[in-house]
Amino acid sequence: MTRPARLRVDFIACDGRRLCAEALPELITLDDWGFPIVSGQDVPPRLLADARATVRACPRLALRLDPGAGGHDRSA
Amino acid sequence: MTGTRLAGTRPRLLYPGTAGLIEHTTRYGPPPSGLGRPQREALIAEVDRAGLTGRGGAGFPTARKLAAVAAAHSPAVVVANGTEGEPASIKDRVLMARSPHLVLDGAVLAAELTGAGRAVIVVHRDVREIMDEAAADRARAGLDRVRLEVRTAAGGFVAGQASAVVRWVQRDVAAPTATPPRLAQRGLRGAPTLVQNVETLAHLALIARYGAAWFRSAGTPAEPGTMLVTVLGAVREPGVLEVGTGTPVGQLLELAGSASGPLQALLLGGYFGAWVDAAGASGRPFSSAGLADLGAGPGAGLVAALPAGVCGLAETARVVRYLAGESAGQCGPCRFGLPAIAEQVEQLADRRSADPWLLRRWLGQVDGRGGCAHPDGAVRLVRSALRTFCAELERHAAGRCSGGPARLLPVPSGSRR
Repeated sequence: MTRPARLRVDFIACDGRRLCAEALPELITLDDWGFPIVSGQDVPPRLLADARATVRACPRLALRLDPGAGGHDRSA
Repeated sequence: MTGTRLAGTRPRLLYPGTAGLIEHTTRYGPPPSGLGRPQREALIAEVDRAGLTGRGGAGFPTARKLAAVAAAHSPAVVVANGTEGEPASIKDRVLMARSPHLVLDGAVLAAELTGAGRAVIVVHRDVREIMDEAAADRARAGLDRVRLEVRTAAGGFVAGQASAVVRWVQRDVAAPTATPPRLAQRGLRGAPTLVQNVETLAHLALIARYGAAWFRSAGTPAEPGTMLVTVLGAVREPGVLEVGTGTPVGQLLELAGSASGPLQALLLGGYFGAWVDAAGASGRPFSSAGLADLGAGPGAGLVAALPAGVCGLAETARVVRYLAGESAGQCGPCRFGLPAIAEQVEQLADRRSADPWLLRRWLGQVDGRGGCAHPDGAVRLVRSALRTFCAELERHAAGRCSGGPARLLPVPSGSRR
């Protein structure tokens, strides 16, 4: 079993490069200025590997996976 | 700075005039010092029983912060926050001008409680001299085992945010930093750091002397103690009050000489606070619990009275434009979103064509998406204006306005840098 996790953005580090939204459109959209809006829910298990890869791909190291709530996942 | 009045009971923090060291010691007695470990733990427990919370706006329990920094494994630092970047608030400055030694007592005690050898007192430039003199008097008297260092705060609205104060002391840059790490774990030069508002420290200095039961004899059981409140706008005697927490809002206005005419709305908490209908709020206790369902709170202890015949949308537009300019510019949603929101609010205020749908979309896209709470505060203010001034919004949509443009809320002009 993998632990529940959720995505978080460090907006001080984020530059709006938009790679994350391209790599993980299921969980990351962009606001009107091109900065990521991440789902506030736990990452569904089927997307965890993609989420980890997206975190590694951020050129600003502005995206991370924090421990999630677990058991309360109401998203997909 | 104008008068100070305390409702009902004797003042705790504020007396007329500036108290020098001798007057201060005569008034309050000497603070406890040279605390051993058991006494330190007992005093943190006493602060917990007192129910003291931060008076800078966030209202976090002080004992929990003290305990977190005290439990850290490396030497800690205390930062007393007297930045007071909120343009409408003067309560921290009035406190430091009247009772500088009470603030310094609190800073020294906080340092003893957390094992810090050093306390940095970051103060608004208006009171720098008073605080310097007070610190020098204590040094001459050999009063403290803790090193006190007074610094002038940076200007600007976000400069008072805890991590921005730490960064200012460390690097002369007054911009917030990312969390984690928490300041209690890694703050000033990597040391566990306790940042406390100066009023909170003054209360701490009194709890150390007189105990939790005394502290709780004012205020409400859930939110005990007294608090400083800046009252401004359409009242006859604007100034700083010391009142029990939970004093009815209408009574605050009366203590400030009463309203100078019919009131329309009140801005509560600060520029990150909320507008409320004046009649609806006047019977409410000025406390978190008493104001929560109005979408407001005591915040940094601010009440601004908006008279009838003044356009609340115009006041809000000026403040939001100011807040947009005060963004540290580090986070995209705040940097780009707040000016966009300010533009929309200005259009509403000027009866030009605005897009309420777009405004609400942007409020949602900015809320909660910064490294500090600056964007959230601006969003809260605008949302409260849309609620409180909805009749005015309808008039504006019809091309009318019920009031002239006033300049009730102070907004510093020019650049802060």
